[in-house]
Parts: sequence; structure tokens; C-alpha cells
Amino acid sequence: MSSEDLLAGVQDVFRDVFDEPEMIITRHSSADNVEDWDSLTHVNLVTAIEKKYKVKFALGELQELKDVGELLDLLAKKLAAKA
Amino acid sequence: MSRDGIDLATLPLDEVLSKRKALRRKLSAREGLRPIRIAVLGGSTTNEVVDFLELWLLQSGFAPAFYQSEYGRYYVEAVHDAANLVAFNPDIVYIHTSYRNIETFAPLQATETEVSEQVQQEFRRYQQIWNSIERQIGCLVIQNNSEFPPYQVLGNLDATQPGGHTRFVTQLNLEFARAAAANPKLVIQDVCSLSARLGLDRWFDWQRYFSYKVLTTAEASMAMAVSLNALIRGIYGKTRKVLVLDLDNTLWGGVIGDDGVDKIAIGRETPLAEAYTAFQEYCLTLRERGVLLAVCSKNDEEVAKQGFQHPDSILRLEHISCFKANWNPKHENIALIAKELNLGVDSFVFVDDNPAERAIVAGQVDGVAVPEIGNDVAAYATIIEAGRYFEQPSFSKEDKERAALYQENSERAAFESKFADYGEYLDSLEMTAEIEPFNRLYIERITQLTNKTNQFNLTTKRYTLAAMEAVLQDRSSIGLYGKLSDRFGDNGLISVVLGRKDGTVLEIELWLMSCRVLKRDMELAMLDELVARAQAAGIRLLRGRYMPTKKNGMVADHYQKLGFAPEATLEDGSAVYTLEIAAYSPRNTHIKMMELVHEQ
Repeated sequence: MSSEDLLAGVQDVFRDVFDEPEMIITRHSSADNVEDWDSLTHVNLVTAIEKKYKVKFALGELQELKDVGELLDLLAKKLAAKA
Repeated sequence: MSRDGIDLATLPLDEVLSKRKALRRKLSAREGLRPIRIAVLGGSTTNEVVDFLELWLLQSGFAPAFYQSEYGRYYVEAVHDAANLVAFNPDIVYIHTSYRNIETFAPLQATETEVSEQVQQEFRRYQQIWNSIERQIGCLVIQNNSEFPPYQVLGNLDATQPGGHTRFVTQLNLEFARAAAANPKLVIQDVCSLSARLGLDRWFDWQRYFSYKVLTTAEASMAMAVSLNALIRGIYGKTRKVLVLDLDNTLWGGVIGDDGVDKIAIGRETPLAEAYTAFQEYCLTLRERGVLLAVCSKNDEEVAKQGFQHPDSILRLEHISCFKANWNPKHENIALIAKELNLGVDSFVFVDDNPAERAIVAGQVDGVAVPEIGNDVAAYATIIEAGRYFEQPSFSKEDKERAALYQENSERAAFESKFADYGEYLDSLEMTAEIEPFNRLYIERITQLTNKTNQFNLTTKRYTLAAMEAVLQDRSSIGLYGKLSDRFGDNGLISVVLGRKDGTVLEIELWLMSCRVLKRDMELAMLDELVARAQAAGIRLLRGRYMPTKKNGMVADHYQKLGFAPEATLEDGSAVYTLEIAAYSPRNTHIKMMELVHEQ
């Protein structure tokens, strides 16, 4: 899966979870610059991404992430390890 | 199935999880949602359970408002710092705790006495919570019992050794069960069974617990919400009451009209026959707990009935409250069954192995539940159970006897035709009524009847047990219950009338009756008694109103029939009627009144 596809797929999850069909996210999106991205939404996002890509983030992996770019890299690594 | 096409039961977890906000938006747009206020006091993060619960309650026709305690403050916010909780004014408080909230387990080497004392100490904390809520709010409490611990440190001994944690949870859960059995305002959500059903390894989610203090997997949170929704539906009288069954390849294997009664699969001879027998046994246990059974089958009636005379059939004809076997479309027969049983189709669950029949019934009959049972009889009961259609918050004597009562009713119907004059028939029933002011003994049943009656119900106002208890104390209210027995048996408490005094006028806020005593003149007896009580309290005028709903059309002319005069029609479609007490003379002639001996 290309990194563009992955970004588009993750963007779909964001659009559903935030219920904003036009929402655009980039590698630089983060809880600091996206309105309504609070800790509860964060749990929903992570759980939805885990279910969609059938991966499970390990304890501590998510604490390190600064923005969507790092999340995509981690996700790509997990998917590569699965393949 | 509803017009927006949403049925949460058919959606996969991922979709509910990711599209929650859109689902909430669409479900909130449905009409006629009933507001309900639920406070959740949690021992772990409760947001996910609440998010799911919100969706399921919306689908059940509620418009929920939630209050959630600060993380882990379930005890403090109930006992020491309840101002916010009280101000929220909940209809229901849900205490959501887990084995992690057990503060001190008994030590490994504990004696029997020590472990009992330790269990009591944990239990007392919960009693304080429940008592505090009862004192300060007086609403219903739903408390979940505990799942088993994730680790069995002592192996199998963990369940038997007094110091075992599994053993400790078992004993604590037993205390919860005893407390609920003694307290009608405490309802236990059985998370112990729920988590076992899913499996503890799929229940706990340690990554999420250590990261966000969410103890369970999303799957488990959803299972909890589904079970809570069923409980709350039951509390508000939205539980299902009738199981409508197809026959061929549903209750027995084979096609009786083609194969003949001696060739259908039922009994112990083959694995398939055993499976159908087990399913019939399941249906019979449902009937014993008060669910009515009806048959809806495309068959010749005489041939279909032979199936119940098969020597190995568990179900007999007398277990079936309404029997429709003919060649008409099933949705038409279901409408007839609803009419004969005097129940709405939204209290029906339809079971048929034929997917085409399921689809037409689901599409044509609004509100009927049609579980996707497939065509493997071994799985039918499990699939029906998963729907949690028949959940009841309490199990009253009336529920147990209800199935028998409907059976008696159909005997009465057969009996009815023998009399030329309806009055003569009523007299032959030898009816006796007891009509008295509300009292503590019956307040639970009065509330239950008020909340589950939809058809003979003039206002369809719902009352919590606490609100009904408040009526007992209120001198400006006149609340009467009616019980009716006849030569076929005791119908129990079947009618409620509640009026509020306003000067010399009595505003009738509730008038309802169970449909099993329709056309028995019971409403005349209730009116006689109401007039007598009102007159004694200085009332000159009764004012009643009919507020139309989808289900109460049968009482549209209730007040006119009783001799009330129309006063006004309001914008919302409700009609107001009045009755001058001075001009009233008693109307009931067929029901004998039973005089209670009142203690002074």
C-alpha cells in the first residue's frame, strides 16, 4: 500500500469518527491543530484504525507519536510486518 | 425495521465504532423519542460504553441525556459529593464497576470467616452507594455484578480456596443477587455471564486500560451497552411479549403436509429430531416465564395441528395462545394474531426458517422483531437469546401467570358465544372486583402496569417507581387500582386510575387497563368508585383527556361511552371531556364489589 493510499484510508477513518465528510488531514495534523481532537476522540480514532487495518498498537507506541505522519509510519511498519 | 433503514444489530462492530457520530445524527432524527436521563458512575473510563448505549437507546425510541462521574469516582460522587449527580436529576443511575474496583481481597490463607467478613466489607461500600442514591434521588439503580478476574493465580483452586480471587468474586456477586432480590429499585446487570459469553480474554484490554483506563475491548463495551439497553427497555415496559413461530423446519423437521405426521423430525431418534426437541423445550421455558407462543404457518390447519399431537412433541396445542395455519400471507396472519391477543405487533418476535417469509414480515410489519435465525435448528435458540427480546427487570407472579391467563381468555371467548345476551354472559362469569386506593403492597405492580400498557391507556403517561411512590404521600391525588377475578381464575391487578385535585375539579391523569379484561364492564366499576371517592373529597367535576398514540385508538371514545361531555380539542390532537358528579348514578351491574376490611 502506497503512503498516499494509507493517508487516504486514515483520512476516511477521521472523516467517519468526526462525522465531517469533507475533512482533510495531512501528515502534519495533530491533536494540537485539529479542533475537537480530545482524549476521548483519540481513543475512538485509535480503536477504529486498529479495527480497520486489523493491527494492535503496543503499549507505549502511541505515546511517542507527535502527528499523523508518525502514526502513518508506525502503521506502515505494522502492516509490512504482517505481510 | 425503520424507515431510515438502520438496524444496529446487523452492523459490524467496526462500522458502529467508526460511524458512531453519523449513526447518532440519523437515529436522533427519528420521531417520538422519549427523553430519559441516565447517570453513569464509573470505576473505570465509561465513555465508550455510554457512546454505544446512546445509539442503542436511540434505536429503542429513547432520547437519552447522560451524566458521567469523574474517572473512578463512583463511590465518592454517590456518597460524599453528590451535588452534581442530584442536580442532574437522573431517571436511572448506572454503577459501572469491575473486579478492579474490589479494594481488598481476602489474604491467600484466609479462613471461611475471614473471607466472608472481607466480602461483607466490600459489599457494604456498595450498599452505602445504593442507600445514598435512594435517599438523595430515589430513582432506580442498575449495578453490574463482577466479571471473574483475568488471572487464576491459584489455578483451579482459585475458585474453591477461601483466599481465591475467583471465589471472592463469586461470593460478592451472590451478595449483589440477594440485595437485588430484596430491593425492587436495584437491578443487577449480569456482567459475570456477559463476560463469560464473550470470553474473558476478549473482554479485558490491557493496552487500553493502562493507556486510557478503558478496561474492556470495544466488543465488550458494545455487549454491555446491548445488555443495558435490553434492561432499560424492560424497565420502561418495552419488552417483547409474544414469540410467533412457523412450523415446518422451525418447530419440527420436514413438511408435515407432504411427509405426514409420522415422518416429521421430533423426538430422540436422530440428531435432527433431538435438535428440534431441544428448540421446542426452549420455547416452552419461554412460555413458562410469561412469553406467549403463537403459530403462524402456511399449512392446512387440521394437518398442522396433528404435529402437536405427535407423541414426542414437547409443545401441545394448549401451549399456543393463538394458532393461524392457512394459506394467507404471513403478515396478514400476524395482524390477526395481534388483534386476537390484544397486543401490538411491536411486542412480537417472528421466527421462521424461510428467509423469504422473514423478509416479507420484516418489510410489511412495522416494529416486529425478525431475528436472522438461518436454517440450522441447533442455532435458533442462541440467536433468539442474543436479541435479548424478553428481558424483564423483575419477575412478578403476574408474569408467570400471564400465559395461563391468556389461555383462560380464549376459553372465555368460546364460552361467550353460548349466550344470546351479552349481559347474561357477563353475569355467568361471576366477577368480583377489588377497587381501592394505591397502597405500598401493590405500588410496584401499579408502576409496571402503567409503564407497559399501550392500548387501553388514555394518556400513555409513564411513571417511575419513585414517582408512583410519591403519589402515595400526596393528599391532592386520588389513585385507584382495580383487581378482577372470575370463575376461571384471578386476573390480578389490571386497572389503574389516577386523578389530581384542582379545587373542585379532578384532573384524570391516568386511566389504563390490561387488555385481557376488555369488554367486562370493569371501566364502569372503576368509574363508580372514582366518583364515590371524588365526591367524598369535595370534587364536583371530573375532567379526563384522551391523548391519541399509534396504539390507543381503541379508547378514543372511552369518555363518551362513559357519559362524559366533550369540552375541547387541543392543538396536539388530544380531546378533553368532563363529567358532572351531581348528575351521576352508578353504572356497574355485572361485577360484584369486594369490600376490604380496613385496619384502623
